[in-house]
Amino acid sequence: MKLKVNQQDRNYDGDPDMPLMWYLRDELTLTGTKFGCGVGLCGACTVHLDGKAVRSCVVTMKEASGHAVTTIEGLSTDGNHPVQKAWRAENVPQCGYCQPGQIMQAAALISEKGKPTDEEIYVAMSGNICRCGCYQRIFAAIKTAAQGA
Amino acid sequence: MRNHKVIHRAVIENVSRRDVLKGIVATGGLVIAAQFFPRSVLADGGSVNAYKTGADGMPGGTVYDPHVFVSIAPDGTVTIVAHRSEMGTGSRTSLPMVVADEMEADWSRVKIVQAPGNEPKYGNQDTDGSRSIRHFIQPMRACGAATRQMLEDAAALTWGVSDTECRAQNHKVIHVPTGRSLGYGELAAAAAALKTPPMNSLTLKDPSQFRYIGKGVVQITDLRDITMGKAVYAQDAHVPGMLFAQIERPPVVLGKAVSYDEAAAMKVPGVVKVVKIDPTPMPAKFAPLGGVAVIATNTFAAAKARKVLNVQWDDGPNKDYDSDAFKQKMAEQAHKPGRVERNEGDVDKALAGADKVVERDYYIPHFSHATMEPPAAVVQINGNKADVWACVQSPGGTRGDVAKLLGLKEDDVTVNVTLLGGGFGRKSKCDFVLEAAILSKAMGGKPVKVVWTREDDIQHAFYHAVSYQHVTAGIKGGKVVAWRHRSVAPSLMSNFMPDPHRESSLELGLGLIDTPFNVPNLRLETGEATSHARIGWFRSVNNIPHAFAMQSMVAELAAEMGKDQKDFLLEMIGPPRIVDPRKTVTNDLWNYGDPWDTYPIDTARTRRVVEIAAKEAGWGRKLPKGHGMGIAVQRSFLTYVATVVEVAVDDKGNVSVPRVDTAIDAGFTINPERIRSQIEGAAVMGLSIAKYTQITFKNGRVQQNNFHDYKVLRIGEGAMDVRTHIVPNGIEVPSSGVGEPGVPPFAPAFVNAIYNATGKRIRTLPLGDQLSA
Repeated sequence: MKLKVNQQDRNYDGDPDMPLMWYLRDELTLTGTKFGCGVGLCGACTVHLDGKAVRSCVVTMKEASGHAVTTIEGLSTDGNHPVQKAWRAENVPQCGYCQPGQIMQAAALISEKGKPTDEEIYVAMSGNICRCGCYQRIFAAIKTAAQGA
Repeated sequence: MRNHKVIHRAVIENVSRRDVLKGIVATGGLVIAAQFFPRSVLADGGSVNAYKTGADGMPGGTVYDPHVFVSIAPDGTVTIVAHRSEMGTGSRTSLPMVVADEMEADWSRVKIVQAPGNEPKYGNQDTDGSRSIRHFIQPMRACGAATRQMLEDAAALTWGVSDTECRAQNHKVIHVPTGRSLGYGELAAAAAALKTPPMNSLTLKDPSQFRYIGKGVVQITDLRDITMGKAVYAQDAHVPGMLFAQIERPPVVLGKAVSYDEAAAMKVPGVVKVVKIDPTPMPAKFAPLGGVAVIATNTFAAAKARKVLNVQWDDGPNKDYDSDAFKQKMAEQAHKPGRVERNEGDVDKALAGADKVVERDYYIPHFSHATMEPPAAVVQINGNKADVWACVQSPGGTRGDVAKLLGLKEDDVTVNVTLLGGGFGRKSKCDFVLEAAILSKAMGGKPVKVVWTREDDIQHAFYHAVSYQHVTAGIKGGKVVAWRHRSVAPSLMSNFMPDPHRESSLELGLGLIDTPFNVPNLRLETGEATSHARIGWFRSVNNIPHAFAMQSMVAELAAEMGKDQKDFLLEMIGPPRIVDPRKTVTNDLWNYGDPWDTYPIDTARTRRVVEIAAKEAGWGRKLPKGHGMGIAVQRSFLTYVATVVEVAVDDKGNVSVPRVDTAIDAGFTINPERIRSQIEGAAVMGLSIAKYTQITFKNGRVQQNNFHDYKVLRIGEGAMDVRTHIVPNGIEVPSSGVGEPGVPPFAPAFVNAIYNATGKRIRTLPLGDQLSA
């Protein structure tokens, strides 16, 4: 199986049922993609597959084969994607664990909608749980990032 | 030593200290004749240990040694050790910031390193109980002041001048009479060679000179790494040659594996070993639950093999634990006389003579912390040494427990503390680290990472205690004259000692027997409850059920008497005074481990947060149809918090929370920006508790297993507009904590608001569909 991860070509010949998340984390040590629930309920493992936000814990390697994957490590070279900058400007994180997934989801949202409405933000972000409760700031950061979009 | 109190007060009397500083900087090398301002001008911030805390009663206590906490490189980089764990509260940034400020370091040139578990070296590391700032603001200021003084002394020695002419300022030491200066990097070696000055010789900065403390300008140190996916949590720890393990744990606490299909598991490609772990009888402290572990070359292989183990269990003594039946049992206990824990006046007589008696029952289920990072740990053993990488709140305790388990000396165990993807009390219990130690040992010492799944986390937690509260109040002549409160809950002490079958002193001090209510006849009792699951502390612990019952009951009594909720709450708190229940409690009254003189129960502060929250929320303002406001207050973890929740309830009974106003008095505060984030988060967690979260047992088994049936709040479901109002305090007001105290008032304020919106009273949490049914 061949796929691209953060613009790099990769070959994989292991278990085709392995979720993309475990491949990224265990095999490539791209641990910015977090393990939160394993069944697509929390969004901590969100990556982009051909530019669209997906939960990498429920995408198998078979399904990822032939596609381009972008992880948080590949979202920008310098950490200065508008969403990353907005996240810092708004002091969003507490523990920080869910934030790569939140950022990847938000980046996909802004890339798709430009300036999303409040409702579009709620709908798009409702799959990403933050147990520390940073939602108020996540919302504000998306608004901030969208200003620059 | 020189006299630090040689302050030329007369000279500077009419000059603000900031202006003096500016003047010196601006005049560069010019000498202001006879007007040098020795460091004591800056250092007028009171004595080093101005007040006593419980810090020295904790394992490891406090350590006064700047050589341990601060190092300075020749290029001027200042490295400060963070010895407390970071789980999202900001302590990894805030305590080093205190050191940096007090030593006059430039924050942009400060690096933070995380201490491994070593309490003899660093002092207590148990990041729990909202204690980091409370116990360490003073020791960290002393550490920073000592460093500043050593740098000044080093400069004085270098120049051959009097130390009183040298002043540290923003990463350099200035010779005041001449204006020449040396950077911290240039002074590092000379300063490091000096002996630590005695603590009683230190002088502290005047708070007006703080650069960072109290300003909210310092961002958390890991912010950039977090946004780039570079921040490392225990789930991310990677050690060369590492193996990955998952464990099928007994579905019932104290259950044992009687058979399993090892061969089937071994057939899964990548699996290297299957290991049986036996449970430890209660009280097990943090010993693993036991079960059957699969060790493999990647997590997925371990997860896959685990599914084919087909373990047959002997469920053991807790197999009949059933939440519905247990609730009934608790209710029966709550409705008969219990053990008296605090008694004032004559409740029975007052109730008998009351115009009206109001009786109410309140129930809160178990819940699980559900940290976004499920527990994880790596352990590697090399001969008689072991290395640990783990997301633990208690690195010192973990070190001791791992050493004991492996039969090693504590000095030979290194606990590397990763970031914690949430803690909330769960990660104070190092069972998951001990599992990794057992499995590494089984693999001849190879590094083994134990990965808990979300299902493991929800089904095998240390659960917040289920609780049942029965309150009886007597009203006479428009006043509450009697309050009888029976609290029933299994005790978390059952992990550490034979089950006490009721709340312990520690739990009763969490918002029950420390109530400030101004009622002449007051009796607080406990009823029996046996622990059938692992009970553990959860952010703010038993303050949650106690505050829920007490603060709901106050609102119910207000409604009975036709009084305003907020006005009546103030009436129940009574006049400003110090409440001292120590004389009327049966056993000990636990004050969060801290001295009463430093942290009394001060109702002036309780009243103040109520008044601020109400005022800021616009209490009494006209609300749209279906809206209501509710209020509640709780002193917990020595911090006073009042919350006003506004709810909106639609025709179908759906509840949203358009606005929350919280006033917090945590004494002197370090980082207002992180206080706001804690309060915002507490509202989200509070709303999760109020609306959704519950763990239930049937046949001894937890019935929930992931976020679909253990619901927690998602974005847009309320608490999106949380406004935090921090009571300003001078440095003389002892600092308390902010991690936990935001949670307890939320749920009662929420149900009190629902009452005001709908006339319906919610006494059982979570809300679920009670309004739509």
